[in-house]
Formats: sequence, C-alpha cells, structure tokens
Amino acid sequence: MAPALVWLTALMVVPCALVLALAFFRRGIYGGIDYTFTLENFGLVFDPLYAGIFLKSARIAGTATLIAVVIGYAAAYAIAAAPRRWQPVFLFFAVLPFWSNYLIRTYAWIVLLNREGLITQLLRWFGYTGEPPSMLYTEGAVIAGLVYNYLPFVILACYAPLSRLNPELAEASRDLGASAATTFRRVILPLTVPGIAAGAVFVFVLSIGNFVTPALLGGGRFQMIGNLVYDQFLTANDWPFGAALAMALIAIMLLVLMAQALAADRAAGRAAEANGGADG
Amino acid sequence: MNQSLTRTLGMRTILVLVFAFLYIPIAVLVALSFNEGGLPTAWSGFSLKWYASLAGNSAILSAALNTLIVALVSTAIATLLGTLLAIGVEMRRQYGKGLEALIFAPMIIPDIVLAIALLSFFSMLNLTMGLHTIILAHVVFNLAFVCSVVRARLKSFDWSIVEASADLGASAVTTFRRVTLPVIAPAVIAGALLAFTLSVDEFIIAFFTAGAGRASTTLPMQIYAMIRFGITPEINALATIVMAVSITALTLSQRLNRGIIGQ
Repeated sequence: MAPALVWLTALMVVPCALVLALAFFRRGIYGGIDYTFTLENFGLVFDPLYAGIFLKSARIAGTATLIAVVIGYAAAYAIAAAPRRWQPVFLFFAVLPFWSNYLIRTYAWIVLLNREGLITQLLRWFGYTGEPPSMLYTEGAVIAGLVYNYLPFVILACYAPLSRLNPELAEASRDLGASAATTFRRVILPLTVPGIAAGAVFVFVLSIGNFVTPALLGGGRFQMIGNLVYDQFLTANDWPFGAALAMALIAIMLLVLMAQALAADRAAGRAAEANGGADG
Repeated sequence: MNQSLTRTLGMRTILVLVFAFLYIPIAVLVALSFNEGGLPTAWSGFSLKWYASLAGNSAILSAALNTLIVALVSTAIATLLGTLLAIGVEMRRQYGKGLEALIFAPMIIPDIVLAIALLSFFSMLNLTMGLHTIILAHVVFNLAFVCSVVRARLKSFDWSIVEASADLGASAVTTFRRVTLPVIAPAVIAGALLAFTLSVDEFIIAFFTAGAGRASTTLPMQIYAMIRFGITPEINALATIVMAVSITALTLSQRLNRGIIGQ
C-alpha cells in the first residue's frame, strides 16, 4: 500500500498544499509569483464583483440541486415501488448515462436547445411561427445541463434508503389512520433523509465548482467560480488569486460535507429506532 | 383497489418521464450522427458518411491514440497500486480517519482544483508537460476508484484462508496468486474497466496538465475544441462512438462485479 500512498501524497496532497501556499503570495509584475506574504487574495474573493460570482454560482448550484432532488427522489421512489426483479434493471439504466462522457452529455443539450434544435422544431410542429426562443446560453440552460448530468447519482442515493424501508412502517401508519400524504411526510421522508442529503451534497458540490457546463451552455461570458479559477490560471495569469478562489471553493465544499455528516448522523439514529421498533 | 391502480399508473408515468428525460438528448444525438445532411435538425436520409469522414480526420485520430495511451498506462498503474492499497487497508483493518480521507479525497475533490494544483506543481518543478504528466494525474483519481471497488469485495473476504495458506508453507507470492487474487479478480477487472472509462472521458485535468502545443491533445480536449466551434454531424458521430465505448466498458464492469455502479 506504500506506493499508492506515496503517489497520492506526491501528486495530490503536496500540489494542493502548494495551491494553499500560493494563495498567500502576491502576483508578480509579469504574471509570475512574487514571494511576499499577503492576505490580499482572500480579501479580493470578498470583493463585490467576485463575491457576486460566488453567490450566483451558489444560486445556480442550489436551484439545480433542488430540481435534481425532486426529480431524483420521485424516480427512486417509483423504482423502489416496481416489482423486485425489475428494480436492478431500472436502476442500471438510470445510472448508465452518468458513465458516458460528460462533455458529450452536455453537448447533447446544445443540440436540443439551439435555435434550430429539437425543441424549436417541436414548437413549430405544434404551430408556433414566431422567432425561435433563445434557450441556449442562458442560466436556465446551465441549470438544465447540471440537473441532467447529476440526476443519476441522486436516483442512486435516494434508492438505497427507499429500498431498505420496512414496508410494515407505512402500513402501521395507515392502519393508525394517517393519510398517504401524512405517512409520506412523517414516516417515509424522515427515514430517507440520508439518501437525499448524500444526493444533494453531490449535486451541489459538483455544480458549484463546475467549469464545463457554464462554459458550454452558458456561453462565452457566463461565469461561475470554476470559470473564474480557469481564467486566473490560463488567461489572466494571476495564479495566487486563482489559488485563493480554489481554496474558497474547497472551504464551501467542506462546509457542505460537514452539514451532510450531521444530517446523516441524526437520521441514522431515527432510522435505527423506527426499524427496530417495527420489528419488535 | 382503485387507489392502488392509480398509484401504479402514477409510478409508471414517473418512470417513463424520467427515462425520457435521461435518454432523449442522447438518442437525438445518436440519430443525427446517421443523418445524411449536414443540418442539425432536418432529417435527409440514413448515411454513414460522418463516420467515414472521422476516419480521415488526422487530428481526431491522433487525439484518439493519445487518449488510448493515457487510459491504458494510467489504468495499468492505478489497478496495481489501487489493488495493493485495498489489500493493505483491509488486511490490517486499520481504518484511520486520515487514511480514509486520503483515499476518498481524489473522488470528491473538484476537478478544477486538482487540475490547477497539478499545473502549479508541475510548473514549479519545471517539468515539461505532456502525455506523461496527464498519466501521472489520472492515476491519482483512478487508483482511488480501483481501491474502493476492490475494498468492497474484500469486506466479505475470509482472511483466515490466507493464514491457512501460509501455515501450509506457501510463500506470500504464491498465497497472493493462488488464494487472494482469484477471489478479488472480478473486482480488480471491474475496477480497471471503471478506471479506463474515467480516464478516456476525463477532460479538465488533462487539459491543464497536457502542456502547450497540440502534440498531447486527448480526445475529450479535441471534442471540447470542436464543440466550441458549434454543432457538426462529425461531432455527433464521434460522440456516438465514444459513448458506445464507455457504455460497453461499464456494462462489462457491472456484470463482472454486481453492484459496483452502486458504490
């Protein structure tokens, strides 16, 4: 196991530590790095211009997460309600697109949403004669792309607790006179929170740091944090500021992961209680 | 009765809608790759001419070759290192928090962060970047994935048979080859196929660690450059081939190791 640990240390831990260190230096006059200590880069992250991009990224990632969780949970619920022998098949086909190329899945949305794309064609077929709607290169297109790309993971994450749910619990709730909606809200939903949390964290973390989807579906000038980091390293040549942005991204990610661990812990206690209670 | 019928219908509707959402974009892309005309929408007859034109595109062919080299070499190294790591961790059953974090990190760290970290690192070392630096980078996340697949298999492994083998006089190498390896082989192959697919599809880290010039352009980098120019039937054909390759590799991986996709 030593070679693997050396590899991970040399090519992940050290480079990431280097980026952290870079964030505390000044940008050199000719784009290089001036090795004097400064906190300016972190200050710049909170500059209204850049803080605005962070907020916009969080808003887009949050919206994509919400939509993906609603659709993904419904899909997982429907799969868990299907006959047992069909469930693995449905699950397999729900996850399959996730393993095809990310760029290609994103490109597929350019094909759908462009002015002469399938959606415009469908509208025309239904008798629409006006200007083709501009759907591509909008915030909506970016959100659609993110939901599309990460939905399979939400389905997977929500399916796990839904399939383990003790059916007697829902039965007991109904026998005691609860409506279907109440049973869902008070029994099923609380027990499946860990799956929802895992799926939501995954979508949010991957969306907020995303670079490809905003670049392709948001158009050339559309910026999220990932694009900002990209620019600092490849066009603006301000590596220290790019490093500070990357560290801010990691900080957000860690916060979200911690919140998830907390939610999962609480729900695990509840689940153990409920499942144990139903067995006894 | 009526209520459960409504419920079944509701569940079926959800499934149909979700699968339509997941597969229509891909299906449109694949269908258009066989479209004779060059327009992204108007269907003008079946044709394989865009596939033929790919075969004559030297930039795409050299990118495909680069991708193959990167994917094969990084998969080989990652499979070896990841498997050894999995055995080491599971045999000792020492699950330290730091160790777990180290193994888990490559799977969740944002691509863009690892990409800039490696770019800074390589340029600080004055390393000339090219296919070799992409391979170094790809091994990082590939070995983490191989490790997690093999570890899942080892969770139910009975280590007393390894002891028995040693007691009966087998060397460590013989024990590994005759006892441990046959048990974990399906997981190792599944992990390798997963790593291969991830490497073939990986774009951002390769983009940052490929260095200047076109010599080490990989297929995803080539596809990205083409997409930025707009929709062409040629990309549709290329996309169809790439998807077919990854989906085949993943389906094989899934069959070898039931449930790995669920990890």
